[in-house]
Amino acid sequence: MSQKNERTLRILVAKPGLDGHDRGAKIVARALRDAGFEVIYTGLHQTPEMIAAAAVQEDVDGVGLSIMSGAHLTLFPAVVDALKERGASDVTVFGGGIIPQDDIPKLKESGVSQVFLPGATTQSIVDWIRGNVKPRAEVA
Amino acid sequence: MTGKGATVVERVRAGDIRAAARLMRNLDDGIPGARAVLRELFARPGHALVVGLTGPPGAGKSSLTDRLIAYHRKAGRTVGVVAVDPTSPFTGGAILGDRVRMQDHALDPGVFIRSLATRGHLGGLSRATSDVVTVLDSMGKDVILVETVGVGQDEVEIVELAHTVVVVSIPGMGDEVQAIKAGVLEIADVFAVNKADREGADRTVKDLQMMLDLRRTTATRGGLDHDSVHRMTRTGSEDPHEAGWWEPPIVKTVATRDEGMVELAEAVERHRLHLDRTGERKLREVARARATFLTILRDRLMQGALNRLAEEVGHLDELAARIAARSADPYELADELARRL
Repeated sequence: MSQKNERTLRILVAKPGLDGHDRGAKIVARALRDAGFEVIYTGLHQTPEMIAAAAVQEDVDGVGLSIMSGAHLTLFPAVVDALKERGASDVTVFGGGIIPQDDIPKLKESGVSQVFLPGATTQSIVDWIRGNVKPRAEVA
Repeated sequence: MTGKGATVVERVRAGDIRAAARLMRNLDDGIPGARAVLRELFARPGHALVVGLTGPPGAGKSSLTDRLIAYHRKAGRTVGVVAVDPTSPFTGGAILGDRVRMQDHALDPGVFIRSLATRGHLGGLSRATSDVVTVLDSMGKDVILVETVGVGQDEVEIVELAHTVVVVSIPGMGDEVQAIKAGVLEIADVFAVNKADREGADRTVKDLQMMLDLRRTTATRGGLDHDSVHRMTRTGSEDPHEAGWWEPPIVKTVATRDEGMVELAEAVERHRLHLDRTGERKLREVARARATFLTILRDRLMQGALNRLAEEVGHLDELAARIAARSADPYELADELARRL
């Protein structure tokens, strides 16, 4: 029980927009929990503003978004912007869902760090987070 | 908002969400600098009333919390929420899902919701819960709702943190024998029987009523009440005929339909008035201070002891292996270490 000042990663998993398919988000949430992360799960039908507000209150290191509705080109950048508006541009945003390959460069340009397509293993998501999402600095 | 040059303490007291959220994180992660900030906040507290909600998993604690937030916001009070969910003992990870039931308040600037994982702490809360409550109090919140993990019978730590404890039960959880058991049921200042539209709600109310009747009866027999001797914070009168006696009300609720919520909130409010009238609020704050102090002391002593152990006696894992093989004696080792401290 030696006290390690090691940060536990906190990741918000959210479903923006109107589609009601949260099975994927739940599987990812479970996989991240099993990887030792603290997952804040906020449920369906989130607006980008709701997601950003929760991310700030929960002081998460990353936000994972799941979208099946086809509205990713609007909603992903909207979440990035909403975080910026709340002074939380240091939160890493990633996501997945039914997203055409061609849209990935546009999403990355808008500030989304990584996009996972159908068929991505949960392990690949965990590995990417371990390599790319860093625990927060001490001062906000 | 305060300017860039403001200290963390100033920013938290000004209600800065980012600063407060990061401080909570640092406290949860045991970052040494956060302790110093907490010390400063501790010196000049806010005025928040702390209400705890506890009960078994699935009883509806989050939904009740959600409705209580709505009630207090309507009355113009700002609200802080701490919701605790369990950490997996195997992976150290956690899914914190209490916010799902509180989405109506996601964009309300008068509501701050924080999810915490137990991180191996037993007792229904997490090690940092009390610290997070202190931060919310310093932010100026009027009411702080603390939702424990789903508890069984013995996770009663919430009594050391809250001014008022609401124990949530649901119909069909157990017969009257359950109701006389010690533990969670004893710590209630207010009972909520949630999902009261289900069959058996009246029976549950009756069982709780019977338990309270028993308590009243035994309490009149001149201080022989086993419960009262061992209760940590029941500091009011032990005599039901005295003004200091508090009889926990039982309120039927259906949180998802917003039924019984005004009655529940009013029962909590009556308890607050009772605390103020009898002076018990102060006594409960002393009890909380006592628990806080003992926790800090325990952590410090334990850390000191473990450091000493590693430096002078041996590696914990090796000692554990020797103890398991019976080539070392845990009592003797502990005594030896205690003498060195």
